[in-house]
Amino acid sequence: MSGPIKILIGLRDWVDARFPLMRIWNEHLAKYYAPKNFNFWYFFGAFALLVLGIQVITGIWLTMNYKPSAEEAFASVEYIMRDTEWGWLIRYMHSTGASAFFIVIYLHMFRALLYGSYKKPRELLWLSGMALYLLLMGEAFFGYLLPWGQMSYWGAQVIISLFGALPIIGDDLSLWIRGDFVVSDVTLNRFFSLHVIAFPLLILGLVGFHILALHEVGSNNPDGIEIKNNKDEKGVPLDGIPFHPYYTVKDLMGAAVFLIFFFAVVFFAPEMKVPGTQGLFLESANFIQANPLQTPEHIAPVWYFTPFYAILRAVPSQLGGVIAMGLAVNLFLLLPWLDRSPVRSSRYRGRNYRVALTLFVISFLSLGWLGLQVVTPLYTWLARFFSVVYFSFFLLMPFYTAYDKDKAVPDRVTD
Amino acid sequence: MENTNIDQSRRRFLTTAATVVGGVGAVAASVPFVSNMSPSAKTKAIGAPVEVDISNLEPGGRLIEKWQGKPVWILRRTKEMLKDISSLDSVVSDPKSDESAQPEYAKNQFRALKEEFLVVIGICTHLGCSPSFVLKGEGASISVDWKGGFFCPCHGSRFDLAGRVFKGVPAPRNLVIPPYKFISPTRLLIGDDSEAV
Repeated sequence: MSGPIKILIGLRDWVDARFPLMRIWNEHLAKYYAPKNFNFWYFFGAFALLVLGIQVITGIWLTMNYKPSAEEAFASVEYIMRDTEWGWLIRYMHSTGASAFFIVIYLHMFRALLYGSYKKPRELLWLSGMALYLLLMGEAFFGYLLPWGQMSYWGAQVIISLFGALPIIGDDLSLWIRGDFVVSDVTLNRFFSLHVIAFPLLILGLVGFHILALHEVGSNNPDGIEIKNNKDEKGVPLDGIPFHPYYTVKDLMGAAVFLIFFFAVVFFAPEMKVPGTQGLFLESANFIQANPLQTPEHIAPVWYFTPFYAILRAVPSQLGGVIAMGLAVNLFLLLPWLDRSPVRSSRYRGRNYRVALTLFVISFLSLGWLGLQVVTPLYTWLARFFSVVYFSFFLLMPFYTAYDKDKAVPDRVTD
Repeated sequence: MENTNIDQSRRRFLTTAATVVGGVGAVAASVPFVSNMSPSAKTKAIGAPVEVDISNLEPGGRLIEKWQGKPVWILRRTKEMLKDISSLDSVVSDPKSDESAQPEYAKNQFRALKEEFLVVIGICTHLGCSPSFVLKGEGASISVDWKGGFFCPCHGSRFDLAGRVFKGVPAPRNLVIPPYKFISPTRLLIGDDSEAV
C-alpha cells in the first residue's frame, strides 16, 4: 500500500478509536440494507437533502449582503442582484431552491401515498416528515417577506391575519406574531431571525431525526413488503443491497440530472413566468417595494401554498375557511390511522384506494391552479367541489380502505 | 449493586419534586422570551393622531392617509352615493352595524359623523388586504348592479360606500371606523375624538 493511503487509514483508525466513525458509516451507509427494487420515486428524499444543502449555502451568502430593515431590505436585494459579484446567481439559486424544495417534497409525499410508506411501523417516520413539511412552510413564509416587495408584504399580512380569525386569542396572537399593529420593520426583523436561525436549526435537527427513524425501521419499497422478513444466514435481507455504494451512486446520477433541470430554471426562467401567471417562483408584484397603503390588484400566494389557499377561499365564512385550511394541511398527519387496509403498496391494493388517490391528486392539482386565479363564481364553485373531494380522501379513508378488494401480496420483492 | 438500602418512595418523591420545580422554572424562563415578541414601548408610542386637510377633496373623491401604519380612507360622498347606500340595506349583512367596530357617533345609517364624509380604515376585516375603490359603472366584473363601493382583490369581499359588508362574501364584519373628529369644517383629526360630538 502506498504511503499517503497508509497515512489516511492510520488517521481514520486514530479517529475511530475516539469517535464511532466506522460504526456510523456502516450503520447508515455501507451496511444499511435498502430494498433492491427502489424506482424513480425513491430519488426525492436524496434530492430534498441536496436542495437543503443548496438553501443553507446560498442562504449564508445572501445574509452577508442582505439588510433586514424595512428601509433597506428592498434595496439590499437589488444590490445583491446588481452590484455584488455573482449575487444574481446566488439569489436565483435560493429563490429557485425554495420552489424546488416544495416540488421535491410533494413528490416525496406522493411516493409515501403511492406505496403506503406511512403505515406501521413507519408512523413516526411519517409524522417527523410531516413536521418537516410544516417547518418548511414556515421557513418559506418567513423567507418570502424578506425581499420586502408588495407580494411579500401583503402575503404576510394575509397569512398573519389567518391567526387573527381564531376566536378569543386571535387578535392578541396576530399582534404577538407581528410585534406591531401592522406588518412593519419589527415584523421583518423577527422574520429574518426566524428564517436564518430558528427554523433552519429545527429543520436540520429534524432531518437527523427523520433519517435515524428511517434507518431504524428500514426503507419501504414499491412492493410495500418488509425485506427484513427474509434474511440470509448472516442476517442480511435477501432483497436488500447496501446503500453505499449502490444507492449513493444511483442518487448521485439522479442528482446530476436534477441539477440540469434546476440550473436550467436558475439561468433561463428564474421567475417561472408561465402564461396566465405573474411568475410562479418570483411574482412580478414583488419587484415593487412594499406599500402598506395599497394591495396589488391580483394577489396570490406562491404556487406551493395555493391548494390550501383555494380551500380557504372556497369556504364562505372567515373562521370556517381558516379551520378548513388548517385541516387540509394537517389531515396528512392522521394517514397512518385513517388507512385500514393491511396492504401498503398501491400495486396490490384494490380499486377503491387507487381511484381515491387518483381523485385526490387531481383535486390537489386543480386546487393549486384555482388558488392562482382571480375569484369568479364559477371558480369558487369548482374550488368547493375539489375541496369536498380533497377532504373525502381523508375522511372516508377508514371506510373505502376497509372494504377494498386488495390483491395477494408477494413474499419477495419483484423487479 | 443491591438496592436493599434504597428508600424507593423517598427517591420517587425527590424525582417528582425536582421535575415539578424544574418544569415550573422552565415555564417561568420562557416568559421573558415570549413577552419580548409583544409590541415594544416604541412601537406602542407610534400611533399619534393624524391631521388631514380635506378642503381640496372633490365630491365623489377619496383621500388615503396613513394612521398607525394603516390606510385610512376619507371619501366625500355625493347625494347620489348616499341614496345608493340607503338602497342596499337588504343586501348588506350588518346594515345597522350592530356587529361591527365603530365609535358610537358613527353607528348610524351612513356610518359617519357628517354623512358627506366617510372616514374608514381601509383594511378588509377578512384577512387584512386593502380593498380597491370601484366607482359605480366600473364594477361590471364584480356584480351586474354594482352601485360603487370597495372590492377586496384578495378574497373577493365587497363593501358599500359606507364600508358595510355585502352578504355572501368572506369578510365577517363591516370595515372599521377609526376615532376621528372635525377640528374645522375642512380639517380632520384621525385617531382622536376627545370632546367630539
